[in-house]
Amino acid sequence: MSNFEIVARNDFSDVTYLLEVRHPLLAKAAKPGQFVIVMATEHGERIPLTIADFDRDKGTITLVIQAVGKTTREMQQTCHVGDKLYAMVGPMGVPSPIGHAKKVLCVGGGLGVAPMFPQARAFQDAGAYVIGVIGFRNKDLVFWDDKFKTVCDEVIVCTDDGSAGVKGTVAEGIRLAIEKHPDIDECVAIGPPIMMKGSAEATRPHKIKTMVSLNPLMVDGTGMCGGCRVKIGDQIKFACVDGPDFDGHLVDFDDLMARLKRFTAEERMALEHWNDTCRLMKQADDLAAAAARNDPEHY
Amino acid sequence: MATKKKTIRTIPQERTPVLEQDPKLRARNFSEVSLGYRLEDALREADRCLQCADEPCVRGCPVGIDIPAFIQKIVEKHHHGAYDIITDTNLLPSICGRVCPQENQCEGVCTVGDTLEPVAIGRLERFVGDMAIKEGWANIPYIEPSGYRVGIVGAGPAGMACAADMAKAGCDVTVYEAFHQPGGVLKYGIPDFRLPNEVIDAELDKLKQLGIKFECNTLVGRLFTIEQMVTELGFHAVFIGTGAGYPSFMGIPGESLNGVLSANELLTRCNLMRARDYPNFDTPLKPGKHVAVIGAGNTAMDALRVSLRLGADSVHCVYRRSKTEAPARVEEIHHAEEEGVDFNWLSSPVEILGDDNKTVRALRCVRMELGEPDESGRRRPVPVPDSEFELETDMVVFAIGTNANPILGQTSKLKLNKRGYIATDENLATSIAGVYAGGDIVTGAATVIEAMGAGRKAARGMKAYLGLRDTESVYEPDPAGTRFGIPRREHGFARIRLA
Repeated sequence: MSNFEIVARNDFSDVTYLLEVRHPLLAKAAKPGQFVIVMATEHGERIPLTIADFDRDKGTITLVIQAVGKTTREMQQTCHVGDKLYAMVGPMGVPSPIGHAKKVLCVGGGLGVAPMFPQARAFQDAGAYVIGVIGFRNKDLVFWDDKFKTVCDEVIVCTDDGSAGVKGTVAEGIRLAIEKHPDIDECVAIGPPIMMKGSAEATRPHKIKTMVSLNPLMVDGTGMCGGCRVKIGDQIKFACVDGPDFDGHLVDFDDLMARLKRFTAEERMALEHWNDTCRLMKQADDLAAAAARNDPEHY
Repeated sequence: MATKKKTIRTIPQERTPVLEQDPKLRARNFSEVSLGYRLEDALREADRCLQCADEPCVRGCPVGIDIPAFIQKIVEKHHHGAYDIITDTNLLPSICGRVCPQENQCEGVCTVGDTLEPVAIGRLERFVGDMAIKEGWANIPYIEPSGYRVGIVGAGPAGMACAADMAKAGCDVTVYEAFHQPGGVLKYGIPDFRLPNEVIDAELDKLKQLGIKFECNTLVGRLFTIEQMVTELGFHAVFIGTGAGYPSFMGIPGESLNGVLSANELLTRCNLMRARDYPNFDTPLKPGKHVAVIGAGNTAMDALRVSLRLGADSVHCVYRRSKTEAPARVEEIHHAEEEGVDFNWLSSPVEILGDDNKTVRALRCVRMELGEPDESGRRRPVPVPDSEFELETDMVVFAIGTNANPILGQTSKLKLNKRGYIATDENLATSIAGVYAGGDIVTGAATVIEAMGAGRKAARGMKAYLGLRDTESVYEPDPAGTRFGIPRREHGFARIRLA
């Protein structure tokens, strides 16, 4: 199998970073829309991460991670080229269906831009006319706009503050795209729940089929715990094995967002605990360094 | 050796009690509840076996352990011999001695049990298994490589049992597991106070000594398919033992509130991911102060007792039938009662009530009464009008069973039955040649020992498919309890027939 070695790393901003992990079998099996579950350390939690790209020749998969919680921040500090992850399992989830749509809107918001990329490429390979809409908070957070240009026929960049491209959220970009192309068959949106909700609302009046990729909390990712259950219309589905892609016009986003807050208090506690530990570790290092300066023999 | 024949009047009348942690103490720790038999306990209890000719216990055991023979070895203080006899048919005595529902199996049909309390076969089995772990015994037979490669999907009890049999038949066995540790339900589901992790690891080590390889972090179906296993990956036979694993919910209002979860999720977070040591381990679990668990099976008992140990002030079991119909082992219910679980028999949830933060506040239930027997033979519960009541709770756990896991159905051409489980013939062969399946993914949720029995049955089928002579088959209990006409307990002795 693989020992989950990190072969490349790229920092997009203070909070967003890319890891390329070697796992030839997984790279061979992965399809757009699928995800992996990663454990950074033996004591770590299992976190689901969407596969942002895969390179079958090199045998690697690409993960784009935002440092928001304890685990992702710790990984930001500890995962370097040559290091190994404790565990990575996948590809999980049903691959995104790449149909025969002629004109497709590929919408990525923030971190969702990364997993949108292989789907946009798949649509292009299937012969569709691909319009990419990618949204960020500001100019500094923009990434992969150049990469999108290689697989899209058109790319609309949106920023909340207008510091790059169109001013506004991706919903604004979707509006512009639909205005220009009234014959769009399908829309795919990946990003934070609020952004996917906005995208689904933007396409609803035009009756454009909209698929979204949901990101609820998970443990195993194999359908065993039911933590990732989501409301789709009047049905309950498990995002890990029934999804993660669902019809955006049927998803109950408010339910999803409420359930994402399940462990907010615990997560904050973990972060504080970890920050404290880091501070202590740093103090210990500083002390050791100071001691080393005074007494080089001893160290 | 005592030559006097034992009778029901001469054996110790009372079943030998086992030392247990005090209920008040143990309800707050994760150490094992039952401390197991000491040597003198085991000797006394072994003496209660009549060594009857009928041997109903052997037929009552899903894997057919030669129970009277191993008990006789304990009487003779030949504990290694007892271990050898058990491991002829069951490689995992420490696990089965702890988690088998013996009252429905061997102990349920014990001859002594007709008059007195049955022989505590499970406790004796555990005694032998634990001694083997302590002494480092392993029953590693001489294995002649057969040249066949066997792939096993799922490192739970079914997969472990099948792997052991195939390895003993000389196959090169690889077990794939989706989690980061092998063990399946033994690791993620059954809590430490019932089955300590050290015991599971010791038993897994024995499988590794047989040459079995474990590949974790491998999601079969998605990383590679079952079809690819028998083609590209070159496995001559494959066994699927993935478990049922897709937890059921009731479909009552309020199920998506925060604080509502499946027992699988609670147990996995607590046991496998060690959320109980949070924040030293990263997986969070918001423990409930007032917990309601719906269902009364073994999983429900585990969820109830784990909740107590996580520090809950009150823990309620809600079950729509009465205690007699509860599917959990008698011992588990008894332990839960001792530890202070509040049982609400004949109660069925109708709605989960939440507060403004979409978090559970209370569980509304209705009282039930038992009506006419249904198709399962149990009396069907019917709601009593105007009997609704509310339980104050901040966590609701569903332990009402599981449905079929869909991954292999989605990714292979395996034929499924109408409930979504894998369809097999009587030898547990699936619709793909060389691919066998057993355990919960075939039958739906059942017990550890039934899964092991299925794993062994599938192994017999696989050996026949590969053309391997099944050396195990002569160990099968036949009605006369003999092999080549020689009683089992006389094996290894020369028989001299006087003219």
